[in-house]
Amino acid sequence: MAEKIATREAYGKALAELGRINDRIVAFDADLSGSTMSKYFRQEFPDRFYEAGIAEANMICMAAGASTMGLIPFCSSFAMFATGRAYEQIRNSVGYAHFNVKICGSHAGLSVGEDGATHQCLEDVALMRLIPGMTVIAPADAIEARKAVFAIAEHQGPVYLRTARLATPVLDREYPFEIGKANVLTEGSDAVVFTYGLMVAEMLEAYRLLKAQGIDVCVVNMHTIKPIDRECVLEQAQRCKKVFTLEEHSTIGGIGDAVADVLLGNVSCSFHKIGVEDRFGRSGKALDVLRAYGLSADQIAEKISSLI
Amino acid sequence: MTIQELKEVCRQARIDIINMTANASSGHPGGSLSSVELMSAVFFTQMRLFPDDPACQDRDRFVLSKGHAAPCYYSLLCQKGFFSRDEFKRFRQIDGMLQGHPSVKTIPGVDASTGSLGQGCSIAVGMAIAAKQLKKDTKVFTLLGDGECQEGQVWEAMMSAAHYHLDNLTVMVDWNGLQIDGTNDEVLSLGDLRAKFEAFGLDVTELSDGNDLEQVMAALEKPAASGKPKCILAHTVKGKGVSFMENQVGWHGKGPNEEQRAAALAELEV
Repeated sequence: MAEKIATREAYGKALAELGRINDRIVAFDADLSGSTMSKYFRQEFPDRFYEAGIAEANMICMAAGASTMGLIPFCSSFAMFATGRAYEQIRNSVGYAHFNVKICGSHAGLSVGEDGATHQCLEDVALMRLIPGMTVIAPADAIEARKAVFAIAEHQGPVYLRTARLATPVLDREYPFEIGKANVLTEGSDAVVFTYGLMVAEMLEAYRLLKAQGIDVCVVNMHTIKPIDRECVLEQAQRCKKVFTLEEHSTIGGIGDAVADVLLGNVSCSFHKIGVEDRFGRSGKALDVLRAYGLSADQIAEKISSLI
Repeated sequence: MTIQELKEVCRQARIDIINMTANASSGHPGGSLSSVELMSAVFFTQMRLFPDDPACQDRDRFVLSKGHAAPCYYSLLCQKGFFSRDEFKRFRQIDGMLQGHPSVKTIPGVDASTGSLGQGCSIAVGMAIAAKQLKKDTKVFTLLGDGECQEGQVWEAMMSAAHYHLDNLTVMVDWNGLQIDGTNDEVLSLGDLRAKFEAFGLDVTELSDGNDLEQVMAALEKPAASGKPKCILAHTVKGKGVSFMENQVGWHGKGPNEEQRAAALAELEV
């Protein structure tokens, strides 16, 4: 069994690590540093950590202002409040100005678990994709989360980084991380599945279940949802002819729509979105909630197998 | 700069505001005219600016939180030498760089994109925090509208400004008493605004006439209380300087026609 680490945990540790080599990095949080894991940065660099209190809108705009002075602010909160509460601040004060602000939403998706629907953000990717010039990244595991933190600090411009609460397997794969460049994880050709975040681990498990049935699929880790790797989407869709998208997010506005936009008019293929279908979440243990919404590995395998 | 010279800057700003909003047949003359003295005094007596190198990191910062007063802002940036007066012909036009509300990406001298109320003051707070972090002597100014103080985010920003002891920040409020739908009291009473800013931890100076340059200068020159952000609550007249626009809520957001332009410019002794 692979070691399990939450992407938020890896994010927090990487941010502190980054702080050691770049004194332009500052962190903002909205009274959740113990959960977003910006606490590691806070402990090490108390003078470069700014508590905004429970006021996400102000946090985002303060970070916008700080960025104009040459600092690189990382704003952490739960995905729901970072992107939902402060959406318009991100659009107008950060996005329109193309300021160098990094918005890091932890506790994304259903896997928040017990806190329930108010805290289970299923629309952050959709909201952030809507903003011109915004880069949207959701790492699959702890290793990728660390790489993403370093990559977005180097990237000039606004970024949304989506992480999760639930500890998930550290994938036994080392590959380069480049913003906007998808990673093909398996080489099957019976179908291609574009996915991201903690659904990558579920999908790799589903891949093994499908393989046992004689179905060999191509699993692609789309850690960068925007800008989407068009070349990879077109190439794999053309090769496999059956396309699935899988996400712990609403099927409206997420990677399903991003992939569909690339394919429309370009590739003749079957296409299915797997995700949360226009519903709110609910309380429960994380794995129970994922199962209630059909996002456990065996359910994903069954769905793909029935549609293939 | 003498008060007399500063008065001339203000007169030119009013002329530019009338011309810009008339050219565009839109824009916000009322709240631009009321804020002329506050903004002129800041730009011409308080700020270190580099018109030939607008992005110079040693510059002081100004954030127009009440972004709809853009015509006043643009006039002052022009008078400071950031761009040519010729741009005013294309204010709010498809071929122009002067957007309806300030845009940092297209307009030299603009420090933040504003217009969505409540956000600019938070941006200014972030700049002031960063200046302290970087141990720079940057001064940060922001101008709020009175109606804007109905936005909850303003108070989030003020709480942060006090919490972080931002004595490098000056928050000005253009308190002209009118907003789009009527008077502040008809729309949503602001109550004792002075007591509110004081309760949030700012060092408040209230001006009985925020269109009086001497009052504005005295408030700006007054040393900040140690560790406290400064707040200048300025009672002003919406539409100030153009008799038929003064205290008329209808002039919040429309441009004058040619007849009205001529009448306004005549009053401004053009």
